[in-house]
Amino acid sequence: MDEAALDAMIDAGTSVLGIEMQPEWRAAVRLHLVISLGHVATVLETHLPDHLDPAPVFTA
Amino acid sequence: MSPFTSATDIAASVSSGRTSATAVVDACLERIERLNPVLNAFTTVLADRAKAKAAEGRSGPLAGVPFAVKNLIDIAGVPTLAGSKINRDHPPATVDAPLVARLEAAGAILVGALNMGEYAYDFTGENVHDGPSRNPHDTTRMAGGSSGGSGSAVGGGLVPLALGSDTNGSIRVPASFCGLFGLKPTYGRLPRTGGFPFVSSLDHLGPFARGSADLALAYDAMQGYDPADPVCVDRPPEPVSGLLRKGADGLRIVSAGGYFRSGASPEALIALDAVAAALGATRTVTIPDARRARSAAYIISTTEGAALHLERLRTRPDDFDADVRDRLIAGALVPALAVVQAQKFRRWFREEMVRLFQDVDAILAPATPCVAPLIGQKTFVLDGVEMPLRPNIGIYTQPISFIGLPVVVIPIPTSLGLPIGVQIVTAPWREDLALRIAHALESSGVAKAPIPTLEY
Repeated sequence: MDEAALDAMIDAGTSVLGIEMQPEWRAAVRLHLVISLGHVATVLETHLPDHLDPAPVFTA
Repeated sequence: MSPFTSATDIAASVSSGRTSATAVVDACLERIERLNPVLNAFTTVLADRAKAKAAEGRSGPLAGVPFAVKNLIDIAGVPTLAGSKINRDHPPATVDAPLVARLEAAGAILVGALNMGEYAYDFTGENVHDGPSRNPHDTTRMAGGSSGGSGSAVGGGLVPLALGSDTNGSIRVPASFCGLFGLKPTYGRLPRTGGFPFVSSLDHLGPFARGSADLALAYDAMQGYDPADPVCVDRPPEPVSGLLRKGADGLRIVSAGGYFRSGASPEALIALDAVAAALGATRTVTIPDARRARSAAYIISTTEGAALHLERLRTRPDDFDADVRDRLIAGALVPALAVVQAQKFRRWFREEMVRLFQDVDAILAPATPCVAPLIGQKTFVLDGVEMPLRPNIGIYTQPISFIGLPVVVIPIPTSLGLPIGVQIVTAPWREDLALRIAHALESSGVAKAPIPTLEY
């Protein structure tokens, strides 16, 4: 995603969530969003079986 | 007694009447008064409470042992800050967290609350509101986080024992940077009741100490079911202190290769290899999809953290540490389906690791990619690439806590004059094996908590 697309995502998302985005936060939020979306891509690039149950609460 | 007398020795001395709990506490409070301005480990010192408790007379396995807790753990009469400015407006906690109560029931004496990164979302031990907790081996360097005050206080000899929390590495990173033994127990072993949350499905509480016997003593005193924590598992305590001398002989110990060697500094790899050599661990295993496990833990953390703090992000954004706020806002924007996939992957990864542990008893891995960075440092080099430091110090700890495995970190000296930690990872509920291996390495002199060069 280019900078404009990231900014559009930041503006839309913070607006939906009721966070009043400030100009001086943008560069850092963008940096962390790029990092987070990189991890998203890593997780989504693998195929997981349809019947695999998510583990939001689990016993180790 | 020296500032570095072990909890085990303090308890023996107090129990036998050679020393009084009052003398121990007075010396501890004097050290805190003198050295905390240097280390900035404590945010609250409970001198009156500690002296009153000592005056009662103390008995038990931790008789007279001073300890302190990360300031996200409830202490009656003290607001639970969780490193934040915002929580200073909260009313004081009305009761001690169960782990505090259990340690005091075993004879220990609480002396204060410890500095930490805001809302536990850091690996640095830096705090914009209270100032950074400092590394006792070089006060220009990070203590590590988020349990920075815990690492600084025990590493600096202010207390022999402290509690911290570990969501993605927040016990293991400061243990590594400050040269300490740290235990992150199995997820669900110790109750988190009375602890301010960060990521419920990853949060653990656990102890720091200067040796494996002290770690085991504290761990044994804190075990036990608590129905008030919905993820605490109802299983009987499994004391470890009496098992330490069984050592590591006969255990199948391996090193983690692949992901866990990629990006590590020479110091981290030399430490890992020295530990493996001392244990005769010649085999290396590849933990399947560790990189993805780390990514999944990252996604779950940033989104659960954002959800936890959304209302505060809406109403009091300027009262956050900017480094925390901006990460949380980014976390709030992560697509929800990625969280579900991360949780599905978590199930898969747990099954793979349980299978791996059918053939091995313990896995060795670096705790941190490097020794403690400088306070204020924002980037470091990983695998030849300059990366943001705060989100990446936990690359080796995150895949492990992702599925709640127990880990003991042991301190290893380096040629840089700063310590670094090695993780001993075992199967769920086998803290005993990790602590036995830690004890064997300590007994042979391979692992040792270094004495700082502060003026005592």
